[in-house]
Amino acid sequence: MSQKESMTSAIQCHQITKTFGPVVANDKIDLEVRYGEILALLGENGSGKTTLMNMLSGIYHPDGGSIEIGGKAVTINSPVDAMNLGIGMIHQHFKLVEMFTAMDNIVLGTPEKKLPPKVLRQRVLEICQSVGLEIDPDKRVYEMSVSEKQTVEILKVLYRKAKILILDEPTAVLTPQETQKLFAILRRMRERGCAIIIITHKLQEVLEISDRVTILWKGKSIATVNTKETDRRQLTELMVGRPVVLSIKRPEPKNVATSIQVERLTVNKPDGTVGLKDVSFEIRSGEILGVAGIAGSGQKELCEVIAGLTKAESGSIKFHGEELLGKSPMEIFDLGIHMGFVPEDRLGMGLVASMGMVDNMLLKSYRNGKGPFIDRKPAKELAESLVKKLEIVTPGVETPVRLMSGGNVQKVLLGREIESNPSVLITAYPVRGLDINSSYTVYDLLNEQKEKGVAVMFVGEDLDVLLELSDRILVLCHGHITGLVDAKKMTKEQIGLMMTGSTEQEVIS
Amino acid sequence: MSAQISKEPLIRVIKRAERPPRQVTMLRALALVLAIVAGGVFILCLGYNPISIYGTILSGAFRSTMAVQATVKIMIPLLISSLGVTLAFKMKFWNIGAEGQIIAGAILASYFALYHDTWNHWVLVGVMFLAGAIGGGLWGLIPALCKVKWNTNETLFTLMLNYIALYVVDYLRDGPWKDPGSQGFPKIARFSKNAMLDKVLGIQMGWIIALILVVVLYIYLRYTKQGYEISVVGESSPTAKYAVMNVRKIILRTMFLSGAVCGIAGMVQATGSDITLTENVAGGVGFTAIIVAWLAQLNPITIAIVSFLFSVLEKGSSVVQSSFGLSTDCADVLQAIILFFVLGCEFFIRYGFVVRKKGGAS
Repeated sequence: MSQKESMTSAIQCHQITKTFGPVVANDKIDLEVRYGEILALLGENGSGKTTLMNMLSGIYHPDGGSIEIGGKAVTINSPVDAMNLGIGMIHQHFKLVEMFTAMDNIVLGTPEKKLPPKVLRQRVLEICQSVGLEIDPDKRVYEMSVSEKQTVEILKVLYRKAKILILDEPTAVLTPQETQKLFAILRRMRERGCAIIIITHKLQEVLEISDRVTILWKGKSIATVNTKETDRRQLTELMVGRPVVLSIKRPEPKNVATSIQVERLTVNKPDGTVGLKDVSFEIRSGEILGVAGIAGSGQKELCEVIAGLTKAESGSIKFHGEELLGKSPMEIFDLGIHMGFVPEDRLGMGLVASMGMVDNMLLKSYRNGKGPFIDRKPAKELAESLVKKLEIVTPGVETPVRLMSGGNVQKVLLGREIESNPSVLITAYPVRGLDINSSYTVYDLLNEQKEKGVAVMFVGEDLDVLLELSDRILVLCHGHITGLVDAKKMTKEQIGLMMTGSTEQEVIS
Repeated sequence: MSAQISKEPLIRVIKRAERPPRQVTMLRALALVLAIVAGGVFILCLGYNPISIYGTILSGAFRSTMAVQATVKIMIPLLISSLGVTLAFKMKFWNIGAEGQIIAGAILASYFALYHDTWNHWVLVGVMFLAGAIGGGLWGLIPALCKVKWNTNETLFTLMLNYIALYVVDYLRDGPWKDPGSQGFPKIARFSKNAMLDKVLGIQMGWIIALILVVVLYIYLRYTKQGYEISVVGESSPTAKYAVMNVRKIILRTMFLSGAVCGIAGMVQATGSDITLTENVAGGVGFTAIIVAWLAQLNPITIAIVSFLFSVLEKGSSVVQSSFGLSTDCADVLQAIILFFVLGCEFFIRYGFVVRKKGGAS
């Protein structure tokens, strides 16, 4: 290595290894990031990106290998060590005190926190100005939007004078417009000489923002390429480890008919605030209805009210003319309406984490059969047939599902719901956290249901997927419908604008 | 930027993969052995020979038919109330009010023993059994009701109810149920022979009730729809809601049953062993039951074994007390040591250690 290179190198990892029990999360990883560049760390879920970054920020300790910061070998034992070395991490799940103001959060844990608020505010505003961030230092975090919270997180690390920034999937929760804003800030910080690592699995963003890309695959660093010299296809192949077809199938809808008619539906969240306000739309059989929106715009309420798990304030939900509101899930079932629901929180709601596949198959059917005893035989047969049909990888049908990988857990859940022969299938973020392979399995399964004439609702976060998979897209913003559009005629930017409150008419005109 | 080089910590804790069941059993057995060794050191420090003390504990519990009968007698209320709290614990409802539920069951059963002792013996026993179950069940239902209605903290609630139950007994003893033939001495009268539980093999028939309950609970938790519901609610109430379970109803029903089983323990203790109602009817058994239930990993069959071992320890140490003059409180210390080791070994089942290599990582 030449003298010049090591001068500019911010972080150098040599042969970093980390194991969790039998799982090798990081296997001899080499990684280098220089001051004044943005490095994208690309890889599927479970490829070891977050583990590696957690070691740089002092949360984990590597089992082997060495880390050099600015050319010096270091041992990072705690986030405080990382901070002292100038490394700041912005986590995927924000680590902020909700009740505190932006400023309190920023200075929390620094020795300066005892300074008069006036001085502190001045300092925060100075940092804001220097990188072009906007924030009201006195706003409380719980009143903030997701992108504002992210701004606070960024300010937190800048305030601590971090020169190396690590962002773990920062765009996952942002609209396309907010993403652009974030990227502008990152570029400005690059100009100021910061080293930035951005973790993501969105290829377009990688191509747009980064200078170099390091690709992790199954815990190994398999390649580092210059962004200018690569393209989407090459990156995908490196990431998945083999060539893949990137387009999602969209069979033409057949025999489309109204299945569920929602009219003027209003639902409150448990804390009494508005979840859904006055929404009207229909879900049609033989069609996939995509639902787009910033996280927390009413998707959860929408799914749960249709599934009969939440009460509505007013409005109506009709299934082929039969009113569902006010009926218990049991009564709905007795009407012959089979509702399949794949909730967002798979292990916390859709499945029982500590139980095996067999007992999880029983979750909705354990009441079947007379008498006080459970009949486990059909559940066992169902579990075994699912393992074969969906190629679920598990040591056995009695192994607790929490020990299975995310993709397999989702197959168990989706498989169970599909096997109940639903007439309506509601899925919330069904591919979240899944690798590309499993994601495509899920898309195929949803399309299969659509072709069988099931009315499918797909709540998603990746707009590219929503646009490719859905027939129509419903856009939610703060519990209101801001658009109900034909997916084939829309662009990502148009959906993004509607997600932040512009109406369909405004966007199209 | 300070460029301090901090050293890798000497020992790091890492999470391990789930160990195979055989290894887990081995570790637990090892913990038990270590507990006995540590207990031995403790005894040694007191100036006694640990081998002879342990020997006396064993022989004290088994040396004669009478000794075995006494051991089983200690086991009965412990086993039954451990089964009772297990129901609630499976649902992750922290019922630490077994003590109160035992007393409540004993009070209601005692009412029939004291004031309806002229009834046909078997009718009376049946009624007392039901009264014990209902008394304990209702006592368990109170915190459950408040939990589902106002989301109160069941740990505090069940704990406080213990003291209320205890003082109700004091009130009855000093007031309405005071034995007129006791010449002013505050106590409740001894039950008549008709109200006493029969003996089987020289021990009150509570042991049969306990063993039946072991089987019933094992089947209930494992093979019934209600048992399945308890597990799901215990794991996650959103999942239970998702599965269209009536979570409130399940909580109420399970807590009633949990209290009812504890209440049966109270009835059996009062009418089978004490033959009267005293404030010592529970005597801490409700708390020991929590330990037994957890040590046995909430498995009814294992609970039977663990509560038997606890009873051996208790009976044995009373013999140690009379022959060596060593206080029975030492038995409590030994119990605590066992608990410390066995529960502590759970940590080693889930985590492993990495010691710093020589010369550090870099």
